[in-house]
Amino acid sequence: MRHLLSISDLSKSQAVSILDTATELARVSDGAVKKLPTLRGRTIVNLFAEDSTRTRISFEAAAKRLSADVINFSAKGSSLSKGESLKDTALTLQAMGADAVVIRHSASGAPARLANSSWMNGSVINAGDGTHEHPSQALLDAFTIRKHLGKGAPDLVGIRVAIVGDVLHSRVARSNVLLLTLLGAHVTLVAPPTLLPVGVESWPVTISYDLDSVIGLVDVVMMLRVQQERMSDLFFPNAREYSRYFGLNSDRLKLMSPHSIVMHPGPMNRGLEIAAEVADSARSVIVEQVANGVSVRMAILYILLTGQPLEAGSK
Amino acid sequence: MGKEIYMSVALSAPDITRALIRISHEILEANPSTHQITLLGIPTRGAHLARRIAISMSEIAGHEIPVGTLDITMHRDDLRLRPPRPIMPTSIPHGGVDGREIVLIDDVLFSGRTIRAALDALGEIGRPHTVQLAALVDRGHRELPIRADFVGKNLPTSITQSVKVHLSEIDGLDEVLIEGN
Amino acid sequence: MNSQRYLLKNASLPDGTVSDVLIADGVIASISSAISDPDATLIDVKGSVVLPGLVDLHTHLRQPGREDAETVLSGSRSGAKGGFTALSAMANTSPVADNAGVVEQVFRLGQEAGLLDVFPIGAVTQGLAGVALSEIGAMADSIARVRVFSDDGNCVFDPMVMRRALEYIKKFDGVIAQHAQEPRLTVGSQMNEGEVSAVLGLKGWPAIAEEAIIARDVLLVDHVKSRLHICHVTTAGGVEIIRWAKARGINVTAEVTPHHLLLTDELARSYDPIFKVNPPLRSEKDVMALREALADGTIDIVATDHAPHTMESKECEWQEASFGMLGLETALSIVQKTMVDTKLMNWAQVAERLSTAPARIGGYSQQGRNLAIGSSANLAIINPNSSWIVDRDLVASKSRNTPFHGYELPGVVTHTFFNGVATLMDGALVQVSEGR
Repeated sequence: MRHLLSISDLSKSQAVSILDTATELARVSDGAVKKLPTLRGRTIVNLFAEDSTRTRISFEAAAKRLSADVINFSAKGSSLSKGESLKDTALTLQAMGADAVVIRHSASGAPARLANSSWMNGSVINAGDGTHEHPSQALLDAFTIRKHLGKGAPDLVGIRVAIVGDVLHSRVARSNVLLLTLLGAHVTLVAPPTLLPVGVESWPVTISYDLDSVIGLVDVVMMLRVQQERMSDLFFPNAREYSRYFGLNSDRLKLMSPHSIVMHPGPMNRGLEIAAEVADSARSVIVEQVANGVSVRMAILYILLTGQPLEAGSK
Repeated sequence: MGKEIYMSVALSAPDITRALIRISHEILEANPSTHQITLLGIPTRGAHLARRIAISMSEIAGHEIPVGTLDITMHRDDLRLRPPRPIMPTSIPHGGVDGREIVLIDDVLFSGRTIRAALDALGEIGRPHTVQLAALVDRGHRELPIRADFVGKNLPTSITQSVKVHLSEIDGLDEVLIEGN
Repeated sequence: MNSQRYLLKNASLPDGTVSDVLIADGVIASISSAISDPDATLIDVKGSVVLPGLVDLHTHLRQPGREDAETVLSGSRSGAKGGFTALSAMANTSPVADNAGVVEQVFRLGQEAGLLDVFPIGAVTQGLAGVALSEIGAMADSIARVRVFSDDGNCVFDPMVMRRALEYIKKFDGVIAQHAQEPRLTVGSQMNEGEVSAVLGLKGWPAIAEEAIIARDVLLVDHVKSRLHICHVTTAGGVEIIRWAKARGINVTAEVTPHHLLLTDELARSYDPIFKVNPPLRSEKDVMALREALADGTIDIVATDHAPHTMESKECEWQEASFGMLGLETALSIVQKTMVDTKLMNWAQVAERLSTAPARIGGYSQQGRNLAIGSSANLAIINPNSSWIVDRDLVASKSRNTPFHGYELPGVVTHTFFNGVATLMDGALVQVSEGR
């Protein structure tokens, strides 16, 4: 496996293997040893053309814990923001000897363009491209779910997940739908009709416009972030209506089944899609998701960057 | 055209049992402060051997000998030469490694690179007082200056041969085979 | 030039008969079996089909303004290579062809290139903004004699403006070629709206944005009794509306591009913007409906929408890339592959769809003539039994953005004659004008 562009690049056994590797690496992170020499001498570039603190730091921490050299290339003040093309940026990275590029970009498909071009040779890891996918987020979400509800099984068969919110614009939703169904979970999408893509009927999921009827029937409630701009684009009348019908407030929290958990990829709009008291409640694993992100990203880097023959001429 | 693979049994099940008991005695003799000993098996088969040795040592010494596992995958020097390997569990028994007499246990000692990686991994966990090595089989062909302190059997082999260790916990029976010419 | 004489031996005519054809003094001098003419250049075209020269009603020649992508000369060369003897230059140049000055410039450039007829299309509205009518009369009366008016690239979206334009062109015997795209439904759209766009995270361009404008405009043109042409129809729904309109005797014609007869939105999965085009590639169902409609005449013509773009406009992420594909050099092969080899059409119908009908709609009297003694010798010869592999580095166009790079296509255009002069001979361009 050379690139991780989309969850659809993974077979079920590859996905499970990433989760299993992350499980072992998490033990490493919990223990006294926080650093491993595995990727010593490798150069990993974080190419974040779109702002993100959380994901970039997570990938940076993951790379450093494996002793890789990390170069950060972020949007503000970089040549990317001054209009340098993706192609020229890639040629520069190739000249720098990047073994892997972790790329976040506002254009859906930008990682695919990098991977399929002849501009650079390294591995391409999609850290979120437009509204297309965010594979490492889905993997850390699946990891978190498996840890809490997996009962020792390698996959997520029988687990019921509701993904709630702006599915249309959510790369997290797309990756999660692919991964959760790949691992055998049952997925329900809950959203206003305006925020579901045309063509969603062909996805292997259940659709509902009614959060209250779904919330008591699932093991995981995964809330998606809703952007304020959606209101001016007529996706829903105002924040009040959105929260009323689709917000996870404390009343809805009470409807949830006893062992179920609340997730959110972050950053949260406290008060819009999720009430503050819910985000901070015992059911919420939101903070843990962040910690799990580092282990999962270490696993991704390990699997993508080892097992490849050294190229002639590289160090 | 069929090629016959020459196979011989180097150690039978009783041979293995005797060897492990002898190693258990030798470790206790070499380390008079028996309460300081911790065994760490290198997965997969080294871990099972370590468990067996711990049980027999505990019987002989009259007290519990702590035993754990030390996965060395992330410290290997050949990671880019083969497909990515699964990571096995590392479990350090309470008492840790600092100041202890650590005995690494592996099934076959060959090039020595696995033990080099184990020393690296161990070094990041803590600072043992001593590190010793017990191997069920030493088949020679060292590529690094590494030697075993306790050996079940010395098996001179040619570089083209391969040594296969089978243990009942995984393979259903105990035996050590040499394959090839 | 006019003293060139060519004797085409054993030519298959569009109706299937085999005959010799003599070209002399710019016209077809003789059609019969066993012609003998020692002064004529002999060309054995046994097995090849001789068609009236192809007429494109929808070409982007980019000049003035984007000469880095294409010029009238390079576009003419590309056309000659594809068997075209007439191109219609769309008005979305820079400056826009919304006045006599620009259309006369383009017309003269076409004459200087001398490889085929270049008929400039005039913009419907000033600056293509869709607000005020352009100088339609001035363009019609200019030496370019514009009859086809189009804001292509943009839709004439305001129904009031479209009504006035349809009414006004009646005075000049004109036709409005509408690019049917409701702008409010396609803000920021990147590809067809459907299952593929849902998965790829690319903003969709729904079929109804095309269908709604077609529906509105066929009713409008009926109401004001004018002439309407729908550019690049891509939807099964659009086809049905046009079929309904024609059944009621409404004066509407329609075109389909070669790429919409073959390619679908599945190609977007690679995120390679070589497949990014406006209107977008659609579903298999739409492709089949378009083929059927072209066969039964609901869609009158094939027009290429040849849209050259420089490399940097396509070597980037999808959202940044320009919309458009080359089309002139592959058009006839694609039509053979999708319509003739599938037995949906015969060569006589190909002649009608790619030559006669577009000439009729555009009012190009010297083009699209059935092969007859005395008519201008505008001809294209294709060998349907040969195939070729498309190589973007070998195209005559200045740009490289063909989606068919690497495809093996049937049918090789071997010769093109413009007013009796060979512009393409044995597959190679005959270079007469000074190159640029």
